[in-house]
Amino acid sequence: MSYGPRPWLQLHWDQRAALNFIFGGTGGGFILLSAIVALPPRVGEAAMLLGLALVAAGLASVWMEIGRKLRAVHVFFNPFTSWMTRESFVAALLFGCGLAAIVLESPRFAAGAAVAALGFVYSQGRILRASKGIPAWREPTITWLIFWTAIAEGAGLFLIFSALAGLGIPTVAGGTLALAVVARGVAWSVYRGRVSADLAPQARAVLEPAGKQLYQLGAIVPLALLLTGGAIDAFAPGAAVLAGIAALAAGWRFKFVLVVRASFNQGFSLPRVPVRGGK
Amino acid sequence: MTKRWIMIADLRRCVGCQTCTAACKHTNATPPEVQWRRVLDMEVGEYPEVKRVFVPVGCMHCADPPCMHVCPSTATRKRADGIVTIDYDLCIGCGYCAVACPYQARYKIDKPSFAYGDAPMENEAKTFDWKRIGVATKCTFCSDRVDAGLAKGLTPGVDPEATPACVNSCIAGALHFGDREDPESNVSRLLEENEHFRMHEELGTDPGFYYLWDKAAKEGYERGGGVR
Repeated sequence: MSYGPRPWLQLHWDQRAALNFIFGGTGGGFILLSAIVALPPRVGEAAMLLGLALVAAGLASVWMEIGRKLRAVHVFFNPFTSWMTRESFVAALLFGCGLAAIVLESPRFAAGAAVAALGFVYSQGRILRASKGIPAWREPTITWLIFWTAIAEGAGLFLIFSALAGLGIPTVAGGTLALAVVARGVAWSVYRGRVSADLAPQARAVLEPAGKQLYQLGAIVPLALLLTGGAIDAFAPGAAVLAGIAALAAGWRFKFVLVVRASFNQGFSLPRVPVRGGK
Repeated sequence: MTKRWIMIADLRRCVGCQTCTAACKHTNATPPEVQWRRVLDMEVGEYPEVKRVFVPVGCMHCADPPCMHVCPSTATRKRADGIVTIDYDLCIGCGYCAVACPYQARYKIDKPSFAYGDAPMENEAKTFDWKRIGVATKCTFCSDRVDAGLAKGLTPGVDPEATPACVNSCIAGALHFGDREDPESNVSRLLEENEHFRMHEELGTDPGFYYLWDKAAKEGYERGGGVR
């Protein structure tokens, strides 16, 4: 088999890995919101459980991808340099605090879970950043793009959850969503400016539309809906749900494209060609 | 004294015969589609200044290997002599090292694979190793040959018995192996006498695989012509 210098799509991480970033990010962001918004008893526990279930679904998905599933515990062996190990430790802390918050109905454990959730989504960003073989991932600003995407997704889901639970629209959740979608848009802009030149044309071709959606569907639409809901009370619940869906959909699509479709390697470079013969 | 084993490919000499690839597969019993040592067939330049270049690639045994840093199980390690290894008993097959490697040097096979269908040939049955299924694999610089040779007092890169199979097999004398830390070694001399580069050096991995492309420029001489 012969490979030229042209980049090709990596196949080691597929949609199963992408689901870890999608569910893990959304779950992490959702847990953060469920900890900082004052929720009634039972509802708070249900929210924490939903967040943990999402994170668990993401981890289960990536577990399906590893070659030696029964050795999965080895993932804890390298906290010194591996962000995958660190993500696993933070996940263990997250589940410990989250379950304790549910069982003990403890706000302190819920706060601990929120801090762990922040660590979890940050670790996800660092996992991609450490992947030096993939230009679309190794750009340092990917960390904050992944981080704010997770917060936006979590806040979006929280608005949907609040509406369905009949809690109205918590101001903190609406504000967090507005902040997060703007921060995500800024993070995408910075990331795009720095990574664009390094990307393979095929990677750029799929990443650009997904990134553009972070502005349009992921930021402008949710902000417009939140403002509409704020101005017209009758529209507020529906607008909040739609804003949440828009923020979620844009984030999920972007992460899927980033992990599965834009993950071209850089191929091989030949800075010099051999000088054969000579004068 | 500390050693650092490196490999050199003289791009002026490589003819793209793939004998190194075959020798590696034979020595390491890698399954179909797994080539720890492969040779790229590149066409570079624009008409009429076009060249065909054959480029041996594989694990670059980086001094600062990203695959080792990301590995969550510590399966990937770097020996004191610079050879990057994988412990098949520790590896979980997460593929993180494969996406961290800028040289596409890592492979993962999730089920046994043989040259002719599901049943192995006699030689494949003899060399098949379950430990390599579902885990990352890559070029080892034939570390077992290097270690065994050293134990016998041989010099890797000079004595064939202590030298990686791909280097031994090269019909054009394009591949070389030796100790970069020894200024008198074969590879140190070659690097001294020739212009060289390493792949994707800008990533800071300090690869242990060098490519020669011209004679070193000396005072009063100009380099030979060619497409640059």
